[in-house]
Amino acid sequence: MHVLASSILRMDANWVDYLLIALYFVFVLGIGLSARASISSSIDFFLSGRSLPAWVTGLAFISANLGAVEIMGMSANGAQYGMATFHYYWIGAIPAMLFLGVVMMPFYYGSKVRSVPEFMLRRFGPEAHLVNAISFAVAQILIAGVNLYLLATIVNALLGWTIWVSTVAAAIIVLSYITLGGLSAAIYNEVLQFFVIVAALLPLTLLALHEVGGWNGLKDKMSAAGTSNQLDSWPGTTITTYSSSFWSVVGIVFGLGFVLSFGYWTTNFVEVQRAMASKDMNSARRAPIIGSFPKMFIPFIIIIPGMMAAVLISPLAKLKSSGGASGAGGITYNDSLLLLMKQLLPNGLLGVAIAGLLAAFMAGMAANISAFNTVMSYDIWQTYIQKDKPDRFYTAFGRGATVVATALAIGTSYFASQFPNIMTYLQTLFGFFNAPLFATFILGMFWKRMTATAAWTGLVSGTLAAVLVAFLSEDAFGSASTGFLHVGGQGASFLAAGAAFIVDVAVSVAVTFVTESKPDSELRGLVYSETPKEDLHDEHEDHWWLAPTKLAGVSLVMVIILNVIFR
Amino acid sequence: MSQNGTEKPKVSLFDIRNIIGALLGIYGVVLVVASFSTSSADRAKVSGVNANLWVGIGLLAFSVFFIGWAFLRPLVVDDGGEAD
Repeated sequence: MHVLASSILRMDANWVDYLLIALYFVFVLGIGLSARASISSSIDFFLSGRSLPAWVTGLAFISANLGAVEIMGMSANGAQYGMATFHYYWIGAIPAMLFLGVVMMPFYYGSKVRSVPEFMLRRFGPEAHLVNAISFAVAQILIAGVNLYLLATIVNALLGWTIWVSTVAAAIIVLSYITLGGLSAAIYNEVLQFFVIVAALLPLTLLALHEVGGWNGLKDKMSAAGTSNQLDSWPGTTITTYSSSFWSVVGIVFGLGFVLSFGYWTTNFVEVQRAMASKDMNSARRAPIIGSFPKMFIPFIIIIPGMMAAVLISPLAKLKSSGGASGAGGITYNDSLLLLMKQLLPNGLLGVAIAGLLAAFMAGMAANISAFNTVMSYDIWQTYIQKDKPDRFYTAFGRGATVVATALAIGTSYFASQFPNIMTYLQTLFGFFNAPLFATFILGMFWKRMTATAAWTGLVSGTLAAVLVAFLSEDAFGSASTGFLHVGGQGASFLAAGAAFIVDVAVSVAVTFVTESKPDSELRGLVYSETPKEDLHDEHEDHWWLAPTKLAGVSLVMVIILNVIFR
Repeated sequence: MSQNGTEKPKVSLFDIRNIIGALLGIYGVVLVVASFSTSSADRAKVSGVNANLWVGIGLLAFSVFFIGWAFLRPLVVDDGGEAD
């Protein structure tokens, strides 16, 4: 089997590189085995026994998202669109992570629910819960498939193994450490992965900067290539594809910064599960806030290398000036980081970089699978199918669900390979599932009148609105889109997400007025006005860095400063 | 190892900081050793910089920091049974 770009991407890895990669896998499986010893109940398996310190859950919080899709996709966006890609971090992640820690985590952690869908069940009953649990489970299998596919392509590029062999080998490794160690193994591996990926990408960035002649050298080379406009992050028309600067800024701030990112970071159980594994309320709230600090600097070692690849790697530079989607030898923007590694890294460092990428790819998939098995076991099986089994049954069920999920992910990885632009594909999915969810959660947490019927009708109609917009756009569904609305690329995702949010709110409000609300007494811990303040707040006043709100304030100021510097 | 002498807290060997420190420390050693035999072709990749050596030293320093942190502030495990 031949993959088009494989000969161009084939790394000249030698035994030192393989040694470093093998060492990494020994550690990964070792963590799985060690974590196994600490599992005595289903809470241990699915939520790490709610025992982890804030810095561990905080790093896992961002690592779970630092998978193949982000690393390859964001460096590709950096190569293609330049500085505007930073919006995915500074606008599209940090504010939402801070909001989760400051405003929403007290409800999630304080109500002692074991998953985000379970909060939906307690607040709104089974209809909204089923919509959320099932759509989440399906999305995780799809996204796990995307991560697996990307992992297989890099193993293919590196070792020349066929895509199928790489896919199955990677799936078996992920499967073994999650079935052994559950969420603890996943989280510890995510933290380890974070450091390995930084150990790989930071030297790569510094070496590329050295090669390109520093920041000014990059500027000069981009000006020479006629892409100096990509050195500005605002108004970001390259990523939205809107012709108007004004609407582009609105699209980024409302579509990406508000609807897509709040939907993703505050309701996506993959992320929230990491924070929920914290040892107490204060740690749970600080986890996403602590994560926001590394998160705001990660783009410097992902996007900037992508931008440098586009001027340093000549086939990529030619591809960019041609304006096409793939260049000589079938390379695409998704290959930017791999091409840069191949060109700059000596044997040894190359092994660290490959280990880092494999680590990130597996951790991304592991995060999807560990969130899937929790929702499948608690929210679907225990809630609707077999209610009163002993706790041990659900741990065993979770292990079984992990096996099934991995098998399904292998199937969806083939499906994912059919989509050309992975980021668009994923953002499209987020628009369908997360944007209406965020609308429903935020209404439900702050408006006690909102009814159960309003919740599920809002979710369904919001999702349908996103699907409709995607069909009417130019390319959100590839050739299935009609092009009736003249928006494409990420702009179409922003519009679909915005439509989903607005329709969800409108339908929820309208339906609430014609249906009956839950009695106030059942809403303690679930709705702001019905929850005593002391249940919600757990501020340590000893040090500012122990107080979630103050720590979030520092993070917000820093991200504003970054936005001003790199405007 | 323990700083507070009144009770003897149970120190967990399974501390993620030790594991991170160990892996990156081994990586550092391998890179430094590899740097002595880095081919001139490899050095030429980035205008003569011996990248393996510098990154190897950086990783060793990081490893010392992490293992030192775990040593000075050990993870204390609750001996009492956890609430369900």
